[in-house]
Amino acid sequence: MKHMIWNPTMECMPREQLRAFQDSRLRDIVRRVYENVPFYRHKMQELGLTPGDIHGVDDIELLPFTEKQDLRDNYPFSLFAVPTSEIVRVHASSGTTGKPTVVGYTSGDIDRWAELMARSMYCANVGKGDIVQVAYGYGLFTGGLGAHYGAERVGAMVVPISGGNTTRQLMLMQDFGTTALMCTPSYALNLAEAMEREGVKVPKLKCGIFGAEPWTESMRKQIEEVLHIDAMNVYGLSEVMGPGVSMECMCKQGMHIWEDHFLPEIIGPDNKGLPYGQQGDLTFTTLSKHGMPLLRYRTHDLCTLTDKPCDCGRTHVRMGRIMGRTDDMLIIRGVNVFPSQVEHALLQVKGIVPQYQIVVERKNLLDTMEVQVELSPDNMSDTVRDLETLERSIANSIAAHALVHAKVKLCQPGSLPRSEGKAKRVVDNRKL
Amino acid sequence: MFVKQISVFLENKSGSLAGFTKQLGEHGFDLMSLSIADTTDFGILRCIVADYERAKAILTEAGYSVKVTDVLAVSVADHPGALAEVLSALSNNDIGLEYLYSFFRNHGDHALIIIRVDQPEKAVNVLESEGVKMLSQEDLQAI
Repeated sequence: MKHMIWNPTMECMPREQLRAFQDSRLRDIVRRVYENVPFYRHKMQELGLTPGDIHGVDDIELLPFTEKQDLRDNYPFSLFAVPTSEIVRVHASSGTTGKPTVVGYTSGDIDRWAELMARSMYCANVGKGDIVQVAYGYGLFTGGLGAHYGAERVGAMVVPISGGNTTRQLMLMQDFGTTALMCTPSYALNLAEAMEREGVKVPKLKCGIFGAEPWTESMRKQIEEVLHIDAMNVYGLSEVMGPGVSMECMCKQGMHIWEDHFLPEIIGPDNKGLPYGQQGDLTFTTLSKHGMPLLRYRTHDLCTLTDKPCDCGRTHVRMGRIMGRTDDMLIIRGVNVFPSQVEHALLQVKGIVPQYQIVVERKNLLDTMEVQVELSPDNMSDTVRDLETLERSIANSIAAHALVHAKVKLCQPGSLPRSEGKAKRVVDNRKL
Repeated sequence: MFVKQISVFLENKSGSLAGFTKQLGEHGFDLMSLSIADTTDFGILRCIVADYERAKAILTEAGYSVKVTDVLAVSVADHPGALAEVLSALSNNDIGLEYLYSFFRNHGDHALIIIRVDQPEKAVNVLESEGVKMLSQEDLQAI
């Protein structure tokens, strides 16, 4: 099996040496956030810590955790560790309520991101000479631009088509001879189905780099069989960087976390670190970010880590597939959605009592989200037009606050199921 | 010169309408007129009953979203073109028509049509000046 490796020095570094490298980077980042980010300085002071107390990775458990809510509380720029004039790009993902969570990148951060995404492309044997169709969304979402910079870095020809418009995707894939596709796995399945339906053949396509939502080995098999490609798993999240935090090599035995840049931990329910092999909350400390470094960021993605040697030659630990969430976050077509965002969006619409239920389905291989809302007597009208306007304004509010398109369905008061007085907010009917 | 229409929100699922009519029937209400506007997901049932206040209270108590709206109950001669004359009078005066439906019973030799317009007061004035007869809520009790 061929294994292209972008940066063998770093990616195949002996683990003891890698550990010493991490020790030094951790000391540096702790000092930087202590000096430049009041949020972390206060947290460390509360714990009676100074940067000098952190000698290396062995001291990681002394440091405070960071939660998504902390990003929200410090909206928009208060977690930046450099003057905003040093920030050359921001991305944002939807926050848990209302405001998005913002991340800022220095030009050095953008450069490192491209490097890590380049490593990830090489993991899938994608490099110069390849034609890479980036069907992740471009914009505040990190997927499109993250993939784009990495593909450019390895010297591939990039087709920045962004998400959606299946017919156009297929046309360009055929006409250009796309060799690598980057999108969510569910969209890949959707494209595969459209190809079968329309008799489109893409013999040049050799691999797909899929991420931004959880998927399974059986989905991998399905995609690989239909498209005759290697379907590769990539992982990332905007808070930590974006796509390219970790990536599967051709061995397809877990995703290598680029440990010279991110220090992973698996945290158990008692907030203590768990050993390799045990499942828990994946947590990252960024080791090289300047714009917005984070200490022990809780992703709330459930998975395991292993440091067993990999046949590809890389020494960096591998994470298993994401097995679930430790919170109520949903991933709809790659977009993170919290029920609390939907609730917040409903409250913005006049007269709406947030008695609601979110029903998620996978129809024709695409996620759909229906928000069922009980119609309060105050919003009752004798005309269909008024009620349809109400549905539209609810959908618009959800789109604005949760960044996802939802179908809104009005329901009779009292019709949505309630359990023990508390409504059952989410019904996820997707079978992965 | 209005009558009170009751509108009720119903989900588009089987048993929805049966449940509603049963509710009214059990409380001895006589549905004098009924119409449903529906979409894929829901329907708005509009009806006329004599004691609308009691109906509203009972339906609200039963958990329905209810709205009471002023509508015109227009008495139209039972011959071709009669309705057209009424509607022309409204449109000539820039009164917008939201919807209309017919009454179950006749008013003497006239048909009764329920009309919902965007400017109810103006519509009453226009139709009265045209000599069109309209019924009040009290008149309904007598039918």
